[in-house]
Amino acid sequence: MSVAKIDDRGCPTMGGPTAMHGAGADPSAFVIEDDGVAHLDLLVRGARCAGCIGKIEGGVNAIPGVVSSALNLSTGKLSVDWAMGGTDPALITRTVSDLGYQVSPYDPGEAQSERDHQGRFLLLCMAVSGFAAMNIMLFSVSVWAGFSGEMQDSTRSLFHWVSALIALPAAAFAGQPFFRPAFASLRKAKANMDVPISLAVLLALAVSLYETMVGGQDTYFDAAVMLLFFLLIGRWLDHRLRGQTRLAARELLALQATSANLLQSDGAVKAVQAREIEPGDMLILWPGDRAPVDGLIVEGASDVDMALVSGESAPELVGAGQSIRAGMVNLTDKLVLRASARTEDSLLADLTRLVEAGETARGRFVKLADKAAQAYVPIVHSLAALSFAGWLLAGAGMHQAVLIAAAVLIITCPCALGLAAPAVQIVAVGRLFKRGVLVKAGDALERLAIVDTVLLDKTGTLTQGKPYLLNAAQIAPEDLQLAALLARSSRHPLSRAIADLAGPGPVAPDAKETPGCGVEGVIDGVRVRLGRADWAGAPKGEDETSGLWLVIEGKAPLHFAFEDALRPDAAQLVAGLKARGLAVQMLSGDREIPAKAAAAQAGIDAISFGLTPQEKIRRVEALVAEGKQVLMIGDGLNDAPALAAANVSISPASAADASQAAADMVLQSAALVPVLAAIDLSKAARGRILQNFLLAAGYNVLAVPLAVFGMVTPMIAAIAMSASSIVVTLNALRPFLRKNTL
Amino acid sequence: MTVLVFLIPAALFLALLGLGAFIWTVKSGQYDDLEGAKWRIFLGDDEDDNIPGG
Repeated sequence: MSVAKIDDRGCPTMGGPTAMHGAGADPSAFVIEDDGVAHLDLLVRGARCAGCIGKIEGGVNAIPGVVSSALNLSTGKLSVDWAMGGTDPALITRTVSDLGYQVSPYDPGEAQSERDHQGRFLLLCMAVSGFAAMNIMLFSVSVWAGFSGEMQDSTRSLFHWVSALIALPAAAFAGQPFFRPAFASLRKAKANMDVPISLAVLLALAVSLYETMVGGQDTYFDAAVMLLFFLLIGRWLDHRLRGQTRLAARELLALQATSANLLQSDGAVKAVQAREIEPGDMLILWPGDRAPVDGLIVEGASDVDMALVSGESAPELVGAGQSIRAGMVNLTDKLVLRASARTEDSLLADLTRLVEAGETARGRFVKLADKAAQAYVPIVHSLAALSFAGWLLAGAGMHQAVLIAAAVLIITCPCALGLAAPAVQIVAVGRLFKRGVLVKAGDALERLAIVDTVLLDKTGTLTQGKPYLLNAAQIAPEDLQLAALLARSSRHPLSRAIADLAGPGPVAPDAKETPGCGVEGVIDGVRVRLGRADWAGAPKGEDETSGLWLVIEGKAPLHFAFEDALRPDAAQLVAGLKARGLAVQMLSGDREIPAKAAAAQAGIDAISFGLTPQEKIRRVEALVAEGKQVLMIGDGLNDAPALAAANVSISPASAADASQAAADMVLQSAALVPVLAAIDLSKAARGRILQNFLLAAGYNVLAVPLAVFGMVTPMIAAIAMSASSIVVTLNALRPFLRKNTL
Repeated sequence: MTVLVFLIPAALFLALLGLGAFIWTVKSGQYDDLEGAKWRIFLGDDEDDNIPGG
């Protein structure tokens, strides 16, 4: 939706007209005041490099009155402080959006709770267990080195006590991320991966503490804590992978945290938060504003971007007495609106709820690692129990049997399993980012690898999503420049197409736009009109309804014909998908003729047209119910629920905010072919994860018999455990595909 | 071996210092923006800095 230009690195550049929505919104309702200092959190989209940080912070700091501004590039949050009354908050958003970035206010309540507490806690646990593991190892290595008798029993006992002193508090703290879920799942009478982990750690600590107290030889303090350390690395990687998903959820919320211009009874206009709007409130909607709630137009007439409902970018003319829905964008003229619903009852909120419902359903996807755990946990537990019983039956003492059962649990503990998937996924996500695909959830790669059906949206996905001048060759450059003088004053998509083609330049000073008709002005003493055929005064002909007419007084009318062109690599994408054995279908909200024409050009045989957003979801759900693994690629706000309902979804860089939030992956450039790279890489990653599971299983096949037959010493346990984790991590880092295959 | 009485606490104290320093970096938010940190090295504090590609 953004009109700002994007450079080859994916950063917005200056010069384009300001982003359509949000630019006019007044964020003053979201300012927090504290002790004379005003604070505002803004969500900035599109910032991704040093130049962006420099431009945004530099631009905002240059506003008189601003004390400080800090942009967090990972979350896109821009925090600005200024002395109360020192500056107008609307100036800050305008500054950022004039730089070419989309900006919207953060809801203060959300901004407070958004801090990543869990990530910090995992990092702390990792640090504590790492510290403990290294220091205990210091003592363990000394004990093992003195095994041949150089070390006196009293020294060994001292070392064991010191180890216990470090290990017990460290495990009590760093084990929390495992103990809590394990306890919770046991209460539900289910066993997840956390149960054997907790059991192994607790049993190893208990056995070691007992050994220490009776002056025994072998303790497993080092193994227990090192286990936690390796597993926490896996957890932390996994958490970072899911960070992008949390970000998406916040962006959806930010979309709703818009402000509105409330027209008070005394005629004054006040900026309020959208969620404070009550039915019956009068609102002013300036050109470029997004309607915050559903409402009825009481005054004015304007072209309105209906993309939210139909997915098509051709605007519609609305006037007094007609109703518009939340999320529609006003394009040409001021509208006065009477709110007919609160934000939570409006269309935008309905879409958000549909998206959330889809995401909940997707949460039921069983990850490869969880599948492995389901098979693994019962085997491990019965093995440990069997060796305990076996040794008791064979005449061993209680003490020895418990020691061996603990060794089995430690040796089989799924360190390598815990690292196998996240290590591969974090590498794959990094590779894909370099190829222009932002992956928002690690398990999205697993879901993409098994896709068999691909659904494509037409407008904005297969096509450019904006009109393109067909007969540019037949229009003289001076006529184009003349038309651009008028077109630059308008937000209508066809005017924008002419203005983009003509490049930057002046605007006719007295250009006046008539909603639904066109723009007129007097240029060099001659009246010029650019607009619909019947309004501009062009002769009635076959193509009077399509395109624009430029009518210069005293000259022959000139026709500008437009078409929404296919993206250059759309056919290549479809051919690539078919070559990979995937079924390809097109779902379009557009009419039959343009839909069929686009499908024929792209090489798609199965098409549906004239679909509403609800029908699109039903199509997706029907296919999912048939057992198909559906990939949905779409861009419009109306596609967002369908994107969330599909097994996995991708949206192009130009997609609406809500669609990018609902999609699992977002393309970072205008090209579509990175989708093929994503599919190939996800398959390679899935293969690598399975390979890692095999490595972990192979290690167990070797080590478990040793443990069951009581041949594992603490030293062997420590070496085997670190070796398997390192092997799995190195395997993940190995190049995925030969360089020339993608 | 009595030297251990000093060495062990000394070693543990040094390690705890390291752990404390790490905890401080986490608490002070130094890991909150890993993306931005790698780019900020290109931004000088002086006024007329040259931002690559800026």
